[in-house]
Amino acid sequence: MDQRKGELQQLVDDLLGEAKRLGATAGEAAVSSNAGLSLTVRLGETETIEHTRDNGLGVTVYFDHRKGSASTSDLSPHAIKETVEAACNFARYTSEDACSGLADAELMASDNPDLDLYHPWQQSVEEAIELAIRCEDAARDFDPRIVNSEGASLNSHNGLHVYGNSHGFMGGYPSSRHSLSCAVVGKQDESMQRDYWYTLSRQSSRLDAPEDVGRVAAQRTLARLNARQLPTQQAPVLFQADVAVGLLRSFIGAIRGSALYRKASFLLDHLGKPVFPDFVTIHEEPRLPMGLASAAYDNEGVTTGPRDFVRQGMLESYVLDSYAARKLGMQTTGNAGGVRNLRINSGELDREGLLGTMNRGLVVTELMGQGVNMVTGDYSRGAAGFWVEGGEIQFPVEEITIAGNMRDMLMGLQHVGSDVETRSSVQTGSWLIDHMMIAGE
Amino acid sequence: MSDLIQIAQQTILAPVGLAEQDLDRMLGELTGSGIDAADLYFQSSRLESWVLEDGIIKEGAHNIEQGAGIRVISGEKTGFAYSDELQLPTLQEAARTARAIIRSGADQSVRVAGTPMPRQLYAPINPLPTLSEVEKVDLLRQVDQEARKQDPRVKEVIVSLVGAHDVVLVAAIDGTLSADVRPLVRLNVHVIAEQGSRREQGSSGGGARESLDYFRDQDRALDYAREAVRQALVNLEAVDAPAGSMPVVLGPGWPGVLLHEAVGHGLEGDFNRKGTSAFSGRIGEQVAASCCTVVDDGTMPGRRGSLNMDDEGTPSQNTVLIENGILKGYMQDKHNARLMKVDTTGNGRRESYAHLPMPRMTNTYMLPGEYPPEEIITTVERGLYAVNFGGGQVDITSGRFVFSASEAYLIEKGKVTKPVKGATLIGNGPESMTRVSMVGNDLKLDAGVGVCGKEGQSVPVGVGQPTLKLDELIVGGTEQ
Repeated sequence: MDQRKGELQQLVDDLLGEAKRLGATAGEAAVSSNAGLSLTVRLGETETIEHTRDNGLGVTVYFDHRKGSASTSDLSPHAIKETVEAACNFARYTSEDACSGLADAELMASDNPDLDLYHPWQQSVEEAIELAIRCEDAARDFDPRIVNSEGASLNSHNGLHVYGNSHGFMGGYPSSRHSLSCAVVGKQDESMQRDYWYTLSRQSSRLDAPEDVGRVAAQRTLARLNARQLPTQQAPVLFQADVAVGLLRSFIGAIRGSALYRKASFLLDHLGKPVFPDFVTIHEEPRLPMGLASAAYDNEGVTTGPRDFVRQGMLESYVLDSYAARKLGMQTTGNAGGVRNLRINSGELDREGLLGTMNRGLVVTELMGQGVNMVTGDYSRGAAGFWVEGGEIQFPVEEITIAGNMRDMLMGLQHVGSDVETRSSVQTGSWLIDHMMIAGE
Repeated sequence: MSDLIQIAQQTILAPVGLAEQDLDRMLGELTGSGIDAADLYFQSSRLESWVLEDGIIKEGAHNIEQGAGIRVISGEKTGFAYSDELQLPTLQEAARTARAIIRSGADQSVRVAGTPMPRQLYAPINPLPTLSEVEKVDLLRQVDQEARKQDPRVKEVIVSLVGAHDVVLVAAIDGTLSADVRPLVRLNVHVIAEQGSRREQGSSGGGARESLDYFRDQDRALDYAREAVRQALVNLEAVDAPAGSMPVVLGPGWPGVLLHEAVGHGLEGDFNRKGTSAFSGRIGEQVAASCCTVVDDGTMPGRRGSLNMDDEGTPSQNTVLIENGILKGYMQDKHNARLMKVDTTGNGRRESYAHLPMPRMTNTYMLPGEYPPEEIITTVERGLYAVNFGGGQVDITSGRFVFSASEAYLIEKGKVTKPVKGATLIGNGPESMTRVSMVGNDLKLDAGVGVCGKEGQSVPVGVGQPTLKLDELIVGGTEQ
């Protein structure tokens, strides 16, 4: 790995030198090299074995404030030469843009701590197949109503990422990511449903047991059988933690610099104003050891550090890279490439406690479609889940929509559960929202 | 030997010193007892994109994607490896890795033979240099100005122009040697309009397997600008959408995304072989109202979803999926066709050499019926008229699908009245198709912007339909 890292850093160095020779006043480049194994077993038999090997190189050059970019999956000298030349050529035709350029030199990360992201999985293909079969078997054997399977998949990938720019910044680190997932089909009477479950970690020993993944996939599938529709009505909605992650991501999308300077956000001009009830804090921890999104520097080489985006319900900071920051007259928040290990603070209530507090309403376990309008905040999506009365689940529901406006939904957040979804770079417990419109029969 | 094969050999193989005999030798290594199929897929593509924003040319980017994917199939098992290095030793290594799925020695020799495609649906051109850089930049600026001059309420305009030149070559142990050169261009306009404190968006665009001149011809690019502004201005007037079950009339063209989600995915061969689709085992049954005939047609000249051949070297076809409401057939690639003992329909597609092919749609649409669209509207007492959509999604096992309207109107007493805010529509594929009660005589294909995602792979597709009436569909608004 160290040798490969040296090679890729040399590649970035040469390429920045070439860009300079072609007249670029500044440049930056990122190279990644990933290798891995993806396999699927289905009905107890191996279905696919894929050996993946992906390279990618991206370069951006600046001729003063004109910008050009190019990328290639082919790292041969010929392709790299074509790529640098293409980027420089584009910069002859793009416009002067005072905000474009590298992030400021004094913001570059000066340390390179080991964030414990690299744990390659030494396993043979046979061992990997064995794990996937154990996972799928556990799901299939769980109940006779599990009648079919889409299979169990194991993915294990190791990667190396190198970034450098003409400030002299050069960073690089290896990382690994392993996952095991299972999807099965259940049938009862005329109702056929599928659902899935997965486990994900940077270290294979931290994955859930294959049998547990399979069993949860089976339980989730069975719970959906014979789902009904609901009458159209207003009701409280509990977003289960894994779907609440999507709401938190939509919120982050609305405070991202690129949405704000385009005035394409429903949270324009909300800095320093309440966007959530006052019990909410949203915190980013970019250097979390073994974190799924950890990095000591962002995609522009800017040093990362802990940050609160929301404190006591107030919007404290936008999510900015250097371009958006300049457009808005602000300072980058080290978020080129997105947020890294974001967490909303949890309350005391677990899932049962949340159901009891809601008493009567809808639990959403699946959302479908893209119906979030980031400009207006209007929200309308397909949903499936369970109907709750007296604090207890009554029956599964499907083929309904839920609708509202994101601003009202965020302010209407009543509780965040202690049941935190940890398989994501954006982490949250379940969200109980006071009311939404449910459309059904 | 066809011209396309020659072009592909010169573009991909010759620069790295590979010849046809090398392909024969590699394929020979991929034979053996127990191996049912194996193929090599070579690809070299160049993609270029330009973005105008804030009235300036903000981004220009170039992308190279080049490599080869090697697939070996035994029964239901598939071994796959790929490489972005097109050197013989690296490819042989990838071939050994893919072949490890089965343990037997190579025992046959393979001679591939070039097959010309039965028809040429688009010219084998590289669209990138069909306009000079200055002309591309001018085009973007004209579109921007056209959008801004429509109305002073237009505040933001983003225009993007993308051109791709994709050259692929497929060789298989069944003797297949086929190639295709696939140009693809696309132009999109996105605007935000402001009135008081209210902001709304509109977007439009189009594309085809053509040169970049496509957008200057017939003022197409300027039309996209006017259309995006029109939508944004309509949305500025929109009131809250209704919630609940009601009759829905879908406009012609892009709303065909309904068919793509409600029936298309459920009719892909892989799901039906595995028995996981709501349409599994239902060939010959009534799955839609008898006024519905739905086809997947990869043979339309120049269309975004069209292909001279699929990614397994099979010429694309016009496949009838549903005829007068009766389920006629599934869309197949070679692998699923072999296992289901039917013929491939030329629907084996992959995002790139680094992805496995699977059954995918091309251009999916419904044939026209007999009703003038105006007459269809007059039959609705209270309902929704939806004319533009964002994306959609389907759960093929339960049949549930959604798609999101981006421009819709109320129908009251047989007349189109107020515009309403975008809302998600949800239904169950097989059920909803039986509720189609009127099919218009105004079949229209979409403008060429569709992207379909499946198992993480994106491919360009087309959709289309005439005006349709569904007697009942759930509309996800906020007004009871």
